[in-house]
Amino acid sequence: MSSNKKYWKSVEELNENSSIVETLQQNEFVQEIPTDEFLGDKSSLENSSTSRRDFLKYVGFSTAAASLAACEGPVKKSIPYVVQPERIVPGVANYYATTIADGYDFASVLIKTREGRPIKVENNNLATSNGDANARVHASVLSLYDNSRLQGPKKGTEDIDWEVLDKEVKSKLANLGGKQIVVLTQTYASPSTSRLIEEFKAKYQNVKHVVYDAVSNSEALDAYKLMYGERALADYDFSKASTIISIDADFLGDWQGGGYDSGYAKGRIPKNGKMSKHIHIEANMSLTGANADKRIKATPSQQKQVLAALYKYITGSGSKGALDSGLDAEVVKAAAHIKKAGRNAVVVSGIPDVDAQLVVLEINKAIQSKAFNESTPRTIRKGNAKAVAQLVKDMNAGRIGGLLIAGVNPVYTLPNANEFKSGLEKVDVSVAFSMHNDATAELCGYVATTPHYLESWGDVELKKGSYSLMQPTIRPLFKTRQFQDTLLKWVDNDSTYHQYIKSTWTGILGGSSWNQTLQDGVLVKPVLPKQELVDALQVQEGEVENSPIATGPNVGAAARRLSVAKSNGLELTLYTKTALGDGQQANNPWLQEMPDPITRTSWDNYLTVSKSDADKLGMMNENVANGALNGSYAKVVLNGVEVVAPVLIQPGQAEGSVGLALGYGKSKGLKEDMNVGVNAYPLYQNFNSTQEVSVSLVEGTHEFACVQLHNTLMGRGDIVKETTLEIFNTKDKHVWNSIPEVSKNHIEYEVTSPEVDLWDEFDRSIGHHFNLSIDLNACTGCGACVIACHAENNVPVVGKSEIRRSRDMHWLRIDRYYSSEDTFEGDDTKKNNIAGLGSSLSEFGEMENASDNPQVVFQPVMCQHCNHAPCETVCPVAATSHGRQGQNHMAYNRCVGTRYCANNCPYKVRRFNWFLYNDNDEFDYHMNNDLGRMVLNPDVTVRSRGVMEKCSMCIQMTQKTILDAKRDGRVIKDGEFKTACSAACSSGAMAFGDINDKDSEIAKLKEDNRMYHLLEHVGTKPNVIYHTKVRNTTEA
Amino acid sequence: MKQVKHRNSASKLLILGTVFLFTFFSPVFAQEETAVDNTAVVAEASSGGDAVKGEALFKSLCAACHKRYKKMTGPALFGVADKYDREWIYSWVKNSAAMIASGDSKAIAIYEEYNKTAMNAFPQLTNSDIDNILAYVMEPKAAPVTPVGVVPVGTDSDSGVSLDIVLGILVLVFLMLLVVLFLVNKTLRSFAEANNVTLPDSDRLPIWKAFIQNQFLVLVTAILLLLASAYFVYGYFMQVGVDQGYAPIQPIHYSHKIHAGDNQIECKYCHSSARVSKHSGIPSLNVCMNCHKSISEVADATATADYSKEFYDGEIQKLYKAVGWDADSQSYTGETEPVKWVRIHNLPDFAYFNHSQHVSVAGVECQTCHGPVEEMEIMYQHAPLTMGWCINCHRETNVKVADNEYYEKIHEELSKKYGVDQLTAAQMGGLECGKCHY
Repeated sequence: MSSNKKYWKSVEELNENSSIVETLQQNEFVQEIPTDEFLGDKSSLENSSTSRRDFLKYVGFSTAAASLAACEGPVKKSIPYVVQPERIVPGVANYYATTIADGYDFASVLIKTREGRPIKVENNNLATSNGDANARVHASVLSLYDNSRLQGPKKGTEDIDWEVLDKEVKSKLANLGGKQIVVLTQTYASPSTSRLIEEFKAKYQNVKHVVYDAVSNSEALDAYKLMYGERALADYDFSKASTIISIDADFLGDWQGGGYDSGYAKGRIPKNGKMSKHIHIEANMSLTGANADKRIKATPSQQKQVLAALYKYITGSGSKGALDSGLDAEVVKAAAHIKKAGRNAVVVSGIPDVDAQLVVLEINKAIQSKAFNESTPRTIRKGNAKAVAQLVKDMNAGRIGGLLIAGVNPVYTLPNANEFKSGLEKVDVSVAFSMHNDATAELCGYVATTPHYLESWGDVELKKGSYSLMQPTIRPLFKTRQFQDTLLKWVDNDSTYHQYIKSTWTGILGGSSWNQTLQDGVLVKPVLPKQELVDALQVQEGEVENSPIATGPNVGAAARRLSVAKSNGLELTLYTKTALGDGQQANNPWLQEMPDPITRTSWDNYLTVSKSDADKLGMMNENVANGALNGSYAKVVLNGVEVVAPVLIQPGQAEGSVGLALGYGKSKGLKEDMNVGVNAYPLYQNFNSTQEVSVSLVEGTHEFACVQLHNTLMGRGDIVKETTLEIFNTKDKHVWNSIPEVSKNHIEYEVTSPEVDLWDEFDRSIGHHFNLSIDLNACTGCGACVIACHAENNVPVVGKSEIRRSRDMHWLRIDRYYSSEDTFEGDDTKKNNIAGLGSSLSEFGEMENASDNPQVVFQPVMCQHCNHAPCETVCPVAATSHGRQGQNHMAYNRCVGTRYCANNCPYKVRRFNWFLYNDNDEFDYHMNNDLGRMVLNPDVTVRSRGVMEKCSMCIQMTQKTILDAKRDGRVIKDGEFKTACSAACSSGAMAFGDINDKDSEIAKLKEDNRMYHLLEHVGTKPNVIYHTKVRNTTEA
Repeated sequence: MKQVKHRNSASKLLILGTVFLFTFFSPVFAQEETAVDNTAVVAEASSGGDAVKGEALFKSLCAACHKRYKKMTGPALFGVADKYDREWIYSWVKNSAAMIASGDSKAIAIYEEYNKTAMNAFPQLTNSDIDNILAYVMEPKAAPVTPVGVVPVGTDSDSGVSLDIVLGILVLVFLMLLVVLFLVNKTLRSFAEANNVTLPDSDRLPIWKAFIQNQFLVLVTAILLLLASAYFVYGYFMQVGVDQGYAPIQPIHYSHKIHAGDNQIECKYCHSSARVSKHSGIPSLNVCMNCHKSISEVADATATADYSKEFYDGEIQKLYKAVGWDADSQSYTGETEPVKWVRIHNLPDFAYFNHSQHVSVAGVECQTCHGPVEEMEIMYQHAPLTMGWCINCHRETNVKVADNEYYEKIHEELSKKYGVDQLTAAQMGGLECGKCHY
């Protein structure tokens, strides 16, 4: 039952003796307001030569002086177009469909442009695969306006012209004396680029194309090839799965290209008493593990054993090896779930091992999983680890004459970067196709500067039969030329890449029109399933097949190899964070400032260590007085490579394992402020994300920018409601989602009853009344909404040290709560029953384990737009007031910055502008340069110092929708109203609309049994509604 | 909230004073009137056609492509009767294409010179019609008429000089009067002394002393003074940042009076984005060129006492320069210089205003906020653009709900609630902070 469960945000809160948590709960603001210091010292006050009268004089004078100085307005110039482009009307946004394909993120998106400049990324709802932009894709529009980008081609350090570069490189490539030319690229997954590289190979003989993914999926690709004869990735549809067993596959994160969250979330919303069951086995606490119904900790070597055992239980062959008995019991249960679900089950794994990937494919084949689409494998990873390793060898042997590096940064991302560097010196002509003067570009002979994807043409085959087009949304800002256009020049083809794509697409389009496809951005062609599979399914529909079909690879042997996996030291799992991914967009301040969904830490990567391992190694985390987090440093050693990283104690981290994120510690080609964290790529040896390492404590204390203890709810705690599927299905709503009651004249009333309301209800039945619904079951914590909110509402970036002072400006935060599996009530009884010393030691020890493997809940919190808003009544200047459409308005120009409203807000969603964040060298992020300011949304005010700001429920978007309808003279349809966060939410967790439209989706959501308001007993009557989290704890 | 109109009071006083003075001194400073001989020489066309009929025909048929004294799409027609044989002209006008086809060398020369643009055939014209037209086009260019009392723009500084002189003289006169009074007084006193008349010593208190001793009066005066100064200070502060009447000098002297007033061009023809966008938009120069491709100079009648025809023609040349239009070759050069207009209506960034809401949805006339634009030679800010001004209008203006399906339901419900048929913008929620500030 929900109400008895205790939620906590950090390990610190579990420590009963911690004064900090207590202090933070009691304080309105995290900072101490120095009133005592200021007024307490009577003698110094009396001795001061400045009397109160003087003070008032100064204030009066400066006010008068300031207002007089403001009398003359500046002369503003307005410069219209000479010839206005037909499609551009100043003040009206245009949308273009395009595709991001940077080798790591692939997604079909819509780009909103204003006056010809892209300002926001939206999901492309026409796309059937990868149409959902994640946080990085949403933030990618800011990377376009990065003022550290290169502005033209370079030879060494000097700027040259494109003609010179073409001439020199072409002649050099033609005269290499038989040495090999290697084209080292990211995964383009582009039919046109592949065709073009073939043409390049034909023109310059002895050319090799090596595809390199910084974060490799080589083993999964190899396994798929062994099984199906094609180097691609398996494609899953989690919406069809009722049981999901994942062994270290962070499929809500970036596992095998990501993009699975919307399918997954569909199955997570309880419908007709049913929802999917998700069991997750992993070492690090990942986003996916946090969303699982059951999360089982296992070190990487144990995971292999688990997979082998699972294979044994499902197929009956193989052995379970030396699996720990506790884990074995869990595997038995998982296997039972799979057997029960039959074809509706799916098993996925992220273990970086060909054997493991083979076994997973075999299991899915054996159970004929419906969620596994054999006919449409994903083509968005092509990297070949072996070929890259061979390339480095060849370079050092002097066999490579020419090296063209496009879209990758091997000097930063290769584990053996030093070998690559020495090899690069032996290459006769090296050209980097790069946007930045990064570590690789710096060492190459030439830099053929490339444009951002929003300035480029392109085409992508996301998975077999699913195509997506990339089109420029702005003219190139600088003298750049995309890789493909340069290649076309070098193969003496006069056409542009745009024309080249069109010619490639004559074959792909079939009967579809090019213009229509370009407008839609996507094209899906039917792919026929393989014939033998269809036949097999027709025979055995619904049955679980027990003996695997004998195919080429020996899966049994693979499973046996897995079962004997073991480890001696600490096992490191390298992972990628939601914010930075493989590190391509490290110069993007939005992403740097976005708190990690799990650790709630921004501007850093860190070694995640379990509590018990940290105790053993003498590492600690502590919260200092203002709630900021400090941590020890650890030295990670692997085969002579040493990396020193700060330590973050992570509840749920498997004992004997540690985790470290890739993508940080980039030092070249970006601003100094963005050079944060440590580079973990040197530990990514043999492109294997799991390594055995030795870890030791080193001197020093690291200061984290962690927001998890900020904005506390004043000890009002229980804002998460949670229940189990069983209770949800069998018990009455009052049991698991009760409305708090209050007593009046000795009669108990529900707090929502008008009988106990202090306020007069305002009539909101006329016109629109907006509500935002957030389903805790569907929310995966991915953070796309956080970035979308930043982009839409011009939310400033404040930097690491300000975040540490809890001055983050995020209008929308995603709170992460931990809870132990059972209630603490149980702990209380246990504690009371302790008999004797021996018993107390063991029992208390067990209770300490509460933080070992916590359950996790994500809860997005923004302004709740209370109908009875506490902030409105305390504002002395009426700067915040209520609209009848349900939105709580904030007039920035009226605000004088008393911060009373933030003080009185029970949800702590108001943000104060401590500084002027634009045009201020102290905050040298995008708002401090003309290029970066081009991303600002012209419909939203850029706030100044000294005013309070908060979520407006995207009033500029609702007003726009209303105006459009008025102009067309029509009624607004359901689904037209959107906020930035609800539009960005691909999992369907957020829904927005008008509850006065009784047929709307939101009106139904409001009547749902799972619906509740945050802190209902406070009586604020919010317009943001939440849906109780339901966990599927049923056992097979 | 009412705005205190006091700003120009000092200058108004000054002007009144000056006018007063002028009434006395006008004989001295009156400008010399110069009579301009306004006799235009009208030459008779040699063939004796009717120039008046010809003018009508020219304007209806030829003026789209020809001018009398200037090249346009076709050649300038003045002198054409001397250049070509009359019979040749007749057949050219009636069917030029046939002449070109027949290989007439003169015809081909013209065709080549004007970018192979064929002239329309006018078979409906009789020879006498063509004679009439020729009579009109062969009229020599009239000498520019100098209107009476034209003062070159921007050179009215001499009136300032005269004002100084007037004031100086005035001061001198007053001083002389003072001296005279003093001397008279002194003389009278010495007369009195000489005649042994003792002047009575006035024992009455001087009036200012009496005033100071009367505390009640002092108090009343002090309060009045304070109130008066508060009134002016308040008025001063309330106009800070209000730029009503702001009429900056623009890089091109664009006259709304000529375009919207005299020529009745719809506002939204040029400011087209006002219908669909938050911005009304300054028209891009290609919009100007829709008309100004063929209007390279203003009519004589357009010139006013303040602005001469040459001045206006010069401004049109500025447009050509900005847009890169070569009037001789009738083509764009591609060299453009975007015009840096000075923005007149500056709403602060924190106020959101959407033109299409007001123009398209509410059907508000542009003049409601922008004033009599069609009479403005120089554009100025008509409305104060203060929040009080916006709010007043929202309180008073009824929402145009007719024929708009969007409003149907809300109108029905709200009229029931307020018991009225017509709803103001305020009743619709138009006074809420968040509607304009976000």
